[in-house]
Parts: sequence; structure tokens; C-alpha cells
Amino acid sequence: MIHQYQNNGYNIVLDVNSGAVHVVDALAYDVIAVMDRLQGGATSKEAVTEALADRYKAGALSETIAEVQSLVEAEELFSPDPYEQALDGLASRPVVVKALCLHIAHDCNLACRYCFAKEGEYHGERALMSFAVGKAALDFLIAHSGNRRNLEVDFFGGEPTMNFQVVKDLVAYGREQEKLCDKHFRFTLTTNGILLNEEIHDFVNREMDNVVLSIDGRKEVNDRMRPCRNGSGSYDLIVPKFQKLAESRNQERYYVRGTFTHFNTDFSKDVLHLADLGFKQISVEPVVAMPEDAYALQESDLPTLFAEYDKLAAEMAKRIHTEKAFHFFHFMIDLEGGPCAIKRLSGCGSGTEYLAVTPWGDLYPCHQFVGNPDFLMGNVQDGIKRQDLVAEFQGCNVYAKEKCRNCFAKFMCSGGCAANSYHFHGRINDAYDLGCELQRKRVECAIMLKAVENAVEQEET
Amino acid sequence: MKHIKTLNTKKLQNTVKKGGCGECQTSCQSACKTSCTVGNQTCEKARA
Repeated sequence: MIHQYQNNGYNIVLDVNSGAVHVVDALAYDVIAVMDRLQGGATSKEAVTEALADRYKAGALSETIAEVQSLVEAEELFSPDPYEQALDGLASRPVVVKALCLHIAHDCNLACRYCFAKEGEYHGERALMSFAVGKAALDFLIAHSGNRRNLEVDFFGGEPTMNFQVVKDLVAYGREQEKLCDKHFRFTLTTNGILLNEEIHDFVNREMDNVVLSIDGRKEVNDRMRPCRNGSGSYDLIVPKFQKLAESRNQERYYVRGTFTHFNTDFSKDVLHLADLGFKQISVEPVVAMPEDAYALQESDLPTLFAEYDKLAAEMAKRIHTEKAFHFFHFMIDLEGGPCAIKRLSGCGSGTEYLAVTPWGDLYPCHQFVGNPDFLMGNVQDGIKRQDLVAEFQGCNVYAKEKCRNCFAKFMCSGGCAANSYHFHGRINDAYDLGCELQRKRVECAIMLKAVENAVEQEET
Repeated sequence: MKHIKTLNTKKLQNTVKKGGCGECQTSCQSACKTSCTVGNQTCEKARA
């Protein structure tokens, strides 16, 4: 299976099963298209020559076909799918937990209009996690992590800095335990920045492997969707603090993270605004909302959104290896050191290796299922009671999803978000279609940027 | 090659047998929380 497309002046061919990315000239692009159309790559030289004889000279055609065929033989083009047979091994793997999303506070000091946590409450009551519950969660994680050494804990909310003493105490407890148990905790904090002060700033830099700073972009865009409880905007309160924090982390190991909605389909301006503010690690993501919400993205927005991604990618291409370069989370792709095939097949790990913990210690498959009683899996004191849910999530992989089978991006998103699938289709083995469309576009842009990077590096050497 | 430039040298098929150690980052712990983005993660072994 291949995917070929043109973007920003590049002819690109992705071989899905091998992950090989080829940048080709117009002739090779046409040869590969003919081979794909005729027989999925197993086409004779004569058949390709005949199909293109009226457009290209015989010598050039012959030379190009030979190049293409050498890639086919090397299994870097039209390569077979060896992965489905690896699925048996996946299903029988022992389940270990390696990541927890700790809902430190089901409360928030902002009133974001698109919040899936319903202003922090997650369809329940306002609550703060106690140290005892958090400690039990870390103990649960260590006890169920098998031989995994790297354990991840995200301090999430609501707004976790509203319960910051517990965050500090849990980090101290985790540091003690990692020495005793030969584990390594990677802590992350996701914050809206309202309470970010000197103390939190220093603590974050000392202890947090990653910090996610929530901001949507331009002031008017941010303040429309991310107001304070009194209705005033949050932009002016957070921007200087975020700038200072990003700079103090050498512009590494953080993301400013925003959400775009139907109200700002020109979101490339928000990304570039964040870049103009000096941020180098930027993630701005499409809102996931039910169609009845006024801010929900609609199918009719897609052409605009595709054009915005293209516009953003073209601008980023111009900035490669310049002082104005920045990372955009969804355009990042690691062609050399990326995840193994097993990771790409097996999905995000929700409900198995990744779980969310509520302030009172209940376990859910991920933060997006919190509050839905059908997905209550157990609690940190007594462990997992719903092994049926674990089995269901363990079986949720790329090959379990009909929509993914013929999608070129399947090994980039590993089948997409189970929660989004559930919210739109009532089951976790489907796919959130609008999200898939955007994902495919982002993968195309990400690969194009790699092609530009390669070309720039060639020029420089 | 004259007509084709391949950007990567590693083949995904080769990672099936030795892959799956599970030490890498969980995708939702990075930045997303609402989408599933795996292709941009880094293999823990490659990082070591």
C-alpha cells in the first residue's frame, strides 16, 4: 500500500508498511502511479512503458522503472503487510500499567467554553485529590508496572495548581519510591497558568519532565474561549508567565497547547502568533465537540482547515534552520528513530497501560472517559475490577478498526483516539471521521516538511 | 538514484521482532489529550 501526493512543490510517495518516504521527480511519480493502478506494484516493465510511452522518452522511462523496481525488491515500495500476524502476540502480552493521568483537581479557575471536563467537574462534583489517594495511585502504578522502568504521571485537572501542595508531596513521594523500586518517574504538569508563580515555576523546572501550558493563540481568540470565572480574558495574565517559563527551560521540554474551533478556522494565525511570542514548542489542536455545539468543527470547515495546515506548513518550511523556526506538535514526525511497529499497531494504551485517576481514586481508561459509569474500571486501593474493559481496550488496535485498514496514516495515529470513537459512534473500535481527515492532512504536511529539511541540509553541506 | 530520493533508512518491518519493549512515552502524556499522535514519538531505544 502506498500513498502519493504533491505538497509545496514536492512529489512524495509514502510506502505505508515499511514507512519509507520517497521524494521523487515527476517521471518517477507517474511510474509509481501507473504501477499502483495496474497491479499494486507487481507490474511488468513493458506494461508501465506502454502506459507512459506518449509522455516520456524510452531511455528515461527505462531508467526510472529500474529505480522503482529496486525499491520494490528492497521492500521499500509496495511492501507487503507483515503486521497482522503480530497481533496474536499483542493480545497475549501481559498488561502492565506505565502511565497515569492524575486528576489532582476537579476544579478550575477558568471557565473554558469547550472544556471536555465541564470546567473541571467531569460531570461530577468539585473535588481535590488528597495526598493519601495520590500516594495510593503511585503505589498502584509501581505495583502494576511489571518490568517497565519509565513511569509517567501527568498532573492534570481541572487545574492542578489549585491543589499544588499535593502535587509537591506526590513528587517527593515518587522520588523516594523510584530509588527503592528501581523505577524512573517522568512527571508532567498541564496548567492554564493562572496560579503560576515563582514557587511553582521553580518547582516545575526542577521536577517536571514536560509541562503543557494552555493558551489558544491570539488574544481575542484565547479570551473568547478561555475566560476567567468572572468573564474577563486570561491572555494577559498568562502570556508573560508562559514566556518566562519557556525561556527558563531553554525552550525545551514544554508545549504551549491550544485548541482551535469553528470560531477560528484561520488557526494558522494563532500558531504563528504563538511563534511570534517566542514560543518554540507549539501544539494547537482541533476541538472535539458534538455537532450541536456552536464552536464544533464541521465537515464544511475541512477545505479551510486543510488550506490552513498547508499555509502553516509552507511558512514553517521557510523557517527551517533559521532563528524563527519552531516545532508544531502535529507536524513532528520521526522518520529514523520513531516508534516500533508494535507501538504503532497497538494504539494509545488507554484502558491498559494508561489510566486516569479521579480525585477519589477511581480508575477510568483515560481522562476522556472520566465520569462515565460504564467505564469505571476500579480504584487505586482495590485495583481493577473490570477486566472485561481491559480486554476490550487491549483488543483495540489498527487492525480491529475497519476504517483504518486502507488508511495511509494508520501507523502514524495507531488507530486514533478511542474516546473520540466512543463519543461519536458509541464504540471504541470505530474512528472519529473528521479527526481522521485532519490527521491525514497533518501527516502529509509533516512528511513534506521532512523533505524540505532534507533539501535544506543537502544545500548546506 | 537519479529520480528518487529516499528520506529514511530504517524499515518499519524490521522493528516487529525486537520492538514492543513499552518503555516509550504514552502518546497522550505528551501534549495532545484529545488526539492520538504516535508517529512523532521517539523510540526509547533510539533515544538511549
